Amino acid sequence: MDSAVMSLLGAFLLSIIGLFVFIWSMRKGLLMENPRAASVIFAKGEIGKVDDPALQPGERAELQAAAAEKGDAAIHLPDELELDQRLDADRSSAFPVFMFIAFACMWLVLGSVAGLTASLKLHMPDWLVSEAWMTFGRIRTVHLTAVLYGWITNASLGVIIWLLPRLLRTPLMGAMWVMLGGALINVAIASGIGAIGAGWTDGMEYLEMPWQIGLFIVAGMVCIIGPVLYTLVNRKVESLYVTVWYHVAALLWITLLFLVAKLPGVHYGVQQATMNWWYGHNVLGLWFTPVSVGAIYYFLPKIIARPVRSYNLSILGFWTLAFFYAQVGGHHLVGGPVPGWLVTLSIVQSMMMIIPVAAFSINMAGTMWGRTHLARYSPTLRFMMFGGLMYMLSSVQGSFEALRSINQVAHFTHFTVAHAHLGAYGFVTMVLFGAIYFMMPRVLHWEWPYPRLITLQFWLAAVGILIYFVGLSYGGWLQGQYMLDATRPFMDSVNVTLPWLKSRSVGGALMVASQIIFVGHFLAMVLRFGPERTGAALFSLRRAQKLELDHGE
Amino acid sequence: MENEVKLAAGAMVTLGLATAALVVLPYIQVRDVKAPEGLKPYTSAELRGRASYIANGCVYCHTQQPRDKSFGPDAERGWGRATVPGDYSYDKPHLLGSMRTGPDLMNIGVRQPSKDWHLGHLYQPRAYVPDSIMPSYPYLFDVKNEAEPGDEVLKLPPGYAPQNKIVVATPEALDLVKYLQSLNRSYPVLPPEPQAASGAAAPAVEAAPAPVPVPAAAAASAS
Repeated sequence: MDSAVMSLLGAFLLSIIGLFVFIWSMRKGLLMENPRAASVIFAKGEIGKVDDPALQPGERAELQAAAAEKGDAAIHLPDELELDQRLDADRSSAFPVFMFIAFACMWLVLGSVAGLTASLKLHMPDWLVSEAWMTFGRIRTVHLTAVLYGWITNASLGVIIWLLPRLLRTPLMGAMWVMLGGALINVAIASGIGAIGAGWTDGMEYLEMPWQIGLFIVAGMVCIIGPVLYTLVNRKVESLYVTVWYHVAALLWITLLFLVAKLPGVHYGVQQATMNWWYGHNVLGLWFTPVSVGAIYYFLPKIIARPVRSYNLSILGFWTLAFFYAQVGGHHLVGGPVPGWLVTLSIVQSMMMIIPVAAFSINMAGTMWGRTHLARYSPTLRFMMFGGLMYMLSSVQGSFEALRSINQVAHFTHFTVAHAHLGAYGFVTMVLFGAIYFMMPRVLHWEWPYPRLITLQFWLAAVGILIYFVGLSYGGWLQGQYMLDATRPFMDSVNVTLPWLKSRSVGGALMVASQIIFVGHFLAMVLRFGPERTGAALFSLRRAQKLELDHGE
Repeated sequence: MENEVKLAAGAMVTLGLATAALVVLPYIQVRDVKAPEGLKPYTSAELRGRASYIANGCVYCHTQQPRDKSFGPDAERGWGRATVPGDYSYDKPHLLGSMRTGPDLMNIGVRQPSKDWHLGHLYQPRAYVPDSIMPSYPYLFDVKNEAEPGDEVLKLPPGYAPQNKIVVATPEALDLVKYLQSLNRSYPVLPPEPQAASGAAAPAVEAAPAPVPVPAAAAASAS
């Protein structure tokens, strides 16, 4: 059939289905606001009681005082039973979570050092060229594999495994399987990085890891999904908080994505390219994004002790993200040798992504309204707010970048690289940093030994990514314009980027410094450095004592 | 939402739709595309060269997809006509690329046929293109005191060879150059979507603006 007729017919059918879904949701009362569901992350009586385990007791008191609002005087003590359930949930997941975060930290250091090396190599092309594994094409890929699979995936799994038992008020079931899954995944990442260094690669962006090694990742994810689903169906809460949706769906999505993308012998030629970008964009859209958005929906309200503004908006955001984001990958092939309808479909869905992003941003702005000053007291909150803001920026930017007119300039240039880092670092990584700062005191029963390092790390990372993004976007845009100008020789488009490639290395160096501080601080915490403050991150003296007895300390 | 089954089912439906649109339909549409007559399968040496192209990550700086005139002056730069799906019939994995830190290479074999140029350029790109930021690949070459029989000795521009030594290409470098020389999609093809003309006119053969071969000495601007 003619592709124009096909896309028109498709659009028509979709609108009709959409209309029926809308009518159905009205009749079901799905658009009625549901404050009870939004409050499910708080124990009875806990709203109004701030929670940030990364803060010391004095600072937490300041945050509490700053967060106090009219009507808070009537707050009762939190329900002891529910707090006990949460404590049990935290303890059930502590060891797997620690394992994931420890692996994540290791890959973060390796990945960011490789990234900085690759960045330097672009303006120092004769530096470190004697060995094959050091060449740009391999170091860059080691960087990508280490940060995407090693850092973001491990940290995301840590966050998911920690949050779900809490949100379901149920201890994690089958923790041993989760650990086995984590081990398989990290074996695969280590072998994948080794293979890439040795020149054994599947050669597709985001899918470089050879498929033989990729099978371990699929097996590992299956080992993790089993216990997660089992815990889900045995839960003690009735209402599934929105974070649960994002996280459970994300786990299912990434496993299937990776499995389909890695099936050997199926994809070839141009079809392989569309598959490549279906995967490449969905790994961001259906894995990193839902994990981080889900984490913000939990941590941000939790720190400021107020439920999220609108539960319905979060539902709308979830389903529109699931539907639209899954189909945007084709915009990477604008102008390429692929069917025109596919590119058009992806451009339309890229623009539609404005809906979930707006739903999220309005919701978070409503939740934070009049409370942004709290970021002064809580560095963890700062990470979350920064991440949420960058999500909005990078998604809106991504939507417009898909348009043919902008794509024509930005595609094939460093502009795209800058955009990718805004999403993967400014948004996802910052949220993961914040989540880890919140989680680890509860996981290790020990406070962060040097709280000032958290603030220092935040500013290094934030300033680093801003230098990186602004400079490289500008340089990339110029590069694209020079390339489109037929009167200029190609080399002009290379020369014009040089100062911006150097500024990228400066920004990257700041980011690497922040990573090293982060991982060093994590190690100090694991090795029990600093003043002993066991239990301070918990709620009451009674529970702290109980824990200490349990641990025989 | 209180039902985990609905959650999982809904998540699978959205992913299924996306997979149908971006993976299954393109597969159905292009699986019957025949390789154009002008396109020859890669020889085994070229395939080995292609493997080193992939192993060394050349795809991260070079695309292999010249675009249509409406998308930029790719043809004017001598990169060749816009490619069609059939041009990639023998490509596995695909190497379309997403970055043009360096120029498009789809027709590098036409505009740069010289083996000497390729070998020297891989050994030291700045010997041919002064401001190039392409890495040099010394590990693809051996530095010796004197040539042995069968050695491919590099003819480097003055000042770029090590003093009193000669540079010899490894078999890997020779294969890689064979692959680069084989990159040639200048044969004529049907326009990308002939069915768009709804059968009214016989599909015209697209006049291929053949990439301009650039003499090695003047190649600086093109590379």
